[in-house]
Amino acid sequence: MSDATSRSLRMTRRGLRPAGSRRAFLGGALAAVAGALATGCGREGMEAFLQHNFRELSRDELDRIIKRLEGEAKRRYGKKIRIGKEPAMQGVVFGYALDLSRCIGCRRCVHACVQENNPSRSPEIQWIRVLQMEKEKGVDLEAADAYYNPEEVPQEGHFYMPVQCQQCKNPPCVKVCPVGATWKDPDGIVVIDYNWCIGCRYCMAACPYGARHFNWGEPTVQPADLNPETHYLGNRPRPKGVVEKCTFCIQRTRKGLYPACVEVCPTGSRKFGNLADPKSEIRYILENKRVFVFKGELNTQPKFFYFYGV
Amino acid sequence: MPSSAPRALRPILSGLLAMGTLLRATPPASPVVDHRDFQAPPPPFSDGIFPCSSCHDPKAMAPNPKRRPLEGMHADIELRHGPESRWCLDCHDLKDRDRLHLVNGEKLDFTASYLLCGQCHGDKLRDWRVGVHGKRTGSWNGAKQYLLCVHCHNPHSPRFKALRPLPPPVPPDQIRARR
Repeated sequence: MSDATSRSLRMTRRGLRPAGSRRAFLGGALAAVAGALATGCGREGMEAFLQHNFRELSRDELDRIIKRLEGEAKRRYGKKIRIGKEPAMQGVVFGYALDLSRCIGCRRCVHACVQENNPSRSPEIQWIRVLQMEKEKGVDLEAADAYYNPEEVPQEGHFYMPVQCQQCKNPPCVKVCPVGATWKDPDGIVVIDYNWCIGCRYCMAACPYGARHFNWGEPTVQPADLNPETHYLGNRPRPKGVVEKCTFCIQRTRKGLYPACVEVCPTGSRKFGNLADPKSEIRYILENKRVFVFKGELNTQPKFFYFYGV
Repeated sequence: MPSSAPRALRPILSGLLAMGTLLRATPPASPVVDHRDFQAPPPPFSDGIFPCSSCHDPKAMAPNPKRRPLEGMHADIELRHGPESRWCLDCHDLKDRDRLHLVNGEKLDFTASYLLCGQCHGDKLRDWRVGVHGKRTGSWNGAKQYLLCVHCHNPHSPRFKALRPLPPPVPPDQIRARR
């Protein structure tokens, strides 16, 4: 086969690549040049530049990427971390419930979440925001205070409403993402591929719960504070310029554990389970307690329910 | 509702229909739970206080069932759990000091004290069994660890104690750019 023939065959194959992916758009030769220019750090850097979205990866690609990211984290933190890739379990749809009559606003959940999920520490990104509200006014966001800091909680005449990602069935954040970097996995968890996020923050504008947070700077986590048990779509070390959010502790719950905030809550206000399992505590709550969803009128259909246990 | 019904009859008909629905509705099935499922850590005794019989030896100290102000060892116990109508021996067994007893006299280990609490707080016991009242940890789809009532509530003064909150988030106006 002459050189010209084999070149034209290569071109044809390239032309047959599925349209719509970043890799296809860049094309082979152009990608090699752009990759080398953009990263300037050899094969690994180029692979990172050309990486597919997490949803589209074959098993081999996935293993290679996980290995590369674990290597990067090791170099950055001098510490071995595990990046899990556990998929959603069959027949599981996660649901969360929070007992407003028992929450005392102690913020143990907020800080357990920070320790578990490796967000930047200075200033600290917190995925859970506890709102202090006045009993007389009810759920009134105008009168809510997230910065309360008295000697002791609960404060007389107040109640507390922690807000985090509501894992909507109809998530506005997913709808607006221009690159498909955020989506809803089959177990209902809304996830972000940090390697695919372009940092446009449309999702932050679309989220009515303020659940998404942006890394304006390189995240600052001391190696000693880094939780080495991570998941690709959850608490793995993030780069600068990406959005992050609560994932129901995907790295824990896909292994059968409760989320960190459930484990730590001293009043037992936080409940978690499988909505598809009629024997789960979450189903018992939905069937027997007074339940509401936050901003129900927006039709986001949260899988995070607030209830009154008494 | 049949649309052909005269207008005046409609409220009555709809009322009857609603009543039928109510009669047909079954109460929520109480989940069958095995008591061995409640794996709880040991009760939170003060150091060196258990077994109670190490002091309350009937041969050395005659049991005194009389209601009286506590002195000596138990003076630190403040009974704020219906003090007018309640007394130590309503829960603690007079003769077998290492155990509790139910109202019907049945003796009970401290590890099953939730049954004692549930005599009065039946709704809480019902919710606790299914994991709605109180805290449980472990696996959402497997073995769960419960806490006994007394891990969160002091049985002698059960009101949940106030806590110091952990620090609030940094307000946006105090966030400075990093260099």
